[in-house]
This record gives sequence, C-alpha cells and structure tokens, in this order.
Amino acid sequence: MNKELLLTAGIHLLVAIVILGFILFVVMYMIWGLRRIMGFMQVRIGPNRLGWQGLLQTPADALKLLQKEDVIPKGADRWLFTIAPIIVFVPAYMVYVVMPFGDGLIAKDLNIGILYVSAITSIAVIGIVIAGWASNNKWSLLGAFRAAAQLVAYEVPMILALCVPVIFAGSLRMGGIIEAQEGGWFTNWFIFRGYGIPALAFLIYMAAGLAEVNHIPFDIMEAESELVAGFNVEYSGMKFALFFLEEFAAAFTICAIAVTLFFGGWHAPFPFLGENLTGIAKMAVSLFWFLAKTAVFVFVLMWIRATWPRVRVDQLMNFGWKVMIPMGLFILLAAGTVVTLGWVKL
Amino acid sequence: MLVQYLPFLILFIVAVAFSGGAILLSRLLGPKRPNPVKLAPYESGMVPIGGTRRPFHIRYYLVAMLFILFDIEIIFLYPWAVIYLTARAARLFLLLEMIVFLGVLMIGYIYIWRKGALDWE
Repeated sequence: MNKELLLTAGIHLLVAIVILGFILFVVMYMIWGLRRIMGFMQVRIGPNRLGWQGLLQTPADALKLLQKEDVIPKGADRWLFTIAPIIVFVPAYMVYVVMPFGDGLIAKDLNIGILYVSAITSIAVIGIVIAGWASNNKWSLLGAFRAAAQLVAYEVPMILALCVPVIFAGSLRMGGIIEAQEGGWFTNWFIFRGYGIPALAFLIYMAAGLAEVNHIPFDIMEAESELVAGFNVEYSGMKFALFFLEEFAAAFTICAIAVTLFFGGWHAPFPFLGENLTGIAKMAVSLFWFLAKTAVFVFVLMWIRATWPRVRVDQLMNFGWKVMIPMGLFILLAAGTVVTLGWVKL
Repeated sequence: MLVQYLPFLILFIVAVAFSGGAILLSRLLGPKRPNPVKLAPYESGMVPIGGTRRPFHIRYYLVAMLFILFDIEIIFLYPWAVIYLTARAARLFLLLEMIVFLGVLMIGYIYIWRKGALDWE
C-alpha cells in the first residue's frame, strides 16, 4: 500500500461522501417541492408548518421513518427482504460517478459514460423484483412483475434515444458530449440542431425515462388505487425510505442526463454569461447552469405528476413495444442519414 | 490500470455502508412489538387466502425473452454510433450496413408482432 494510492482513495472517499450528501439534500427538497407545488396546483397549501415554509418537513419525516418498527411479514424471505432496498439504492447512487455537475466537477469522466449510465440504472429492476417476491404478498408480487415487464419494455427505446447524441458528438464520454455542444449560444445545444431529430430523441428519452422511474403517467407498478403500493407494500421504516430515496434520485438522474445530452450540460445559454471565467468561478457558474436547467426539468416532472392520469397496463405495454421501439429505430437511422449526407455541421 | 476504477469501488462501498447502516440503525432504534396480525401479509385487511408463490402468466417470460433479444442487438449500435463521426470516409458504408442490420431486426420484429407476442390483452 503506497502513499499515493492512499491519498487518491481518500480524495475519492471525500467525493463519494459529498455526492451522497448532495443526493440526500436534493431528494429531501425534491420531496418538499413536490408536495408544495402539487399542493398549489391542486388549490391546497401543502406542508408549511415545520420550519420556514415547511422546509423542515422532509428531514422530520426521515427521522420519523428511522424510528419506525421494522416489520418483516410472516413467510417472507428475511434475507432477500432486507437486501432488496440496498440493491435498489446502490445503482441509483453509483450513476452519479459520471454525472457532469460542472466544468471539472465530475467524479470520473469515464470513456464509456453513457453506456455505464444505461447499464447501471437497469440493475434497480433486479432489486424491485426481489423486493416483490420476498415480501410474500400478492400485491407486491403483482407490482414486481408489472415493474419488470415495464422496465424492460422501456429500456430498449431509452437506449435507442441515447444513441442519437452519441452519433452527433462521436463520443460516449459525458464531457465529450458536452464539449460537442460548446460555442456560446444555446443554438449549439443538440436539441436545436440536426433538423429536430435530437428533439424527437429527447421526447422518446423523456417518455421512456418517466417509465423507468415509475413516474406518472407510467407509474403502473405502484398504482396506489389498484395495487395499493406495488412491490413496496410490506416495507416500513428505513427500508421504505430507501425505495423512496431511489425513486427521487432516479428522477433527478433522468433530468440531469437529459440536460447533459440535449441541453448543453453545464454551458450557459448566452455567450456573455460567464464563458470567459477561469478556475473556481468557472466551476461555480457551470454548476449553477447545470443545476438550474435540471431544476426546470424536475419542475416539469412535478407538473406532469399533478396533471396527467395513469395509463392502463395494456396501453403502457403496447405503447412501449409498438410505438416507442419503431420510433427509436427510425430516429437512429434518420440521424445516421443526416450525418452521412453532410447536412449537419459537426 | 485498475486504479482508474477506484472511484467505482469506493462509491459502491459508501453506498452499501450507507444503506446497510440506515437499515441497521432503524432496526436498533425502532420498537419491536410483533403480534400475529401485524406480521400477516397485507391483503386489504382480510385473512390471507392461499400461498403467494404461485406460477404466473407466461407473457412475462415472453416479454423478458424479447427484451434480451432486443437489448443484445441494441448493444451493437453503440460502437457504430461512436465511430460514426470520426469515420468520415466510410459513413455511407456504415449507414448501409446499419440499414441491413436493422432490416433483419425489423423482419423479426414484424414477425413477432404478427404472431401476437407484443399484445397485452
């Protein structure tokens, strides 16, 4: 064990803890924001008592969940029942290794970044199926089967849509894709280039992403009104909190990846807004733009949640297999054609 | 060169430690007052009827199989998408190659559609 390796490990440990803190903070205030915003959209107030404007509500809820009795139902597979929340949480957190928070603010700019993201986010489904099966509950089992069917159906169009920015940028690296959208004005973002093909890819990505994080209108695996809560009905206390944490962290991930791939990542929309900075100031400004753009998408997600009804299971599956996959294949070929014909300046 | 994957190992350890620690802590802090009714699986307030681990519908197997086929084929698209930009001279060849590849995929896709494998009654 040499000294240099130990130092590197120490730095990475610090980064890992910062990322963990960031996720916990973001998720707490996403939950608070969701409850407040949905409250206002439905002409009610939402949590506003605990702390200023209810800001302490979610920390208090987390503390309450920590003190809840940890019930393991009779007949459940105790071991699998306990590790399922861990299997679900770990990939949702590990995606953040390649998350480009800002210029130079990326834990590890892996050269297979996009592939890594799509690979590791699909691990969560294993945990969900284990949770549903181990609970020894019919609702959980139904929810888990639905979850598996839905997640695998929407995985395919999602990966297809992710290929489009990769073609335009010629790189799987997060940093490389963001550099390809450099150049001052927001018209250099992929969403505004390539004759609307990336824009279509973005729509497919967002729809598939909503399905992947079981968000309304695709939250068929939780479906409060028909399955009670789906795969996590038997979970209580901190195990339930981990499922909740994963869901919101994954929703943030979907928005952040969308910003990275289609909306210029950490670049400012106008050239005169902090493009000539260096050092720490540049980092801070790029972090600000990344988080600001992501916050817009998170808000849109909450807006969708307050507005749309839930689709039926058969509609969901038919839409995934019969509409999204042909569309994904079509935009991929369209992107290839446009690049081959030299219609896009790259 | 495994050292460059050190961040992944460390994040994995931190993630497992955090989630495992949270579960352990909640086990230590929470009360333990089990009774037969509380431990029974939730079935809308009724006494559970029959076992849970029963065979399930074959369409789930079908979806899983189709997914594996599609996923493997789609993994082949990634190398293609990455080299597309740099391989300036070979782009036309690359495009035709991909049209052939996706054409074969499409034949299979239309076949399973016509056979009704994609229908969810």
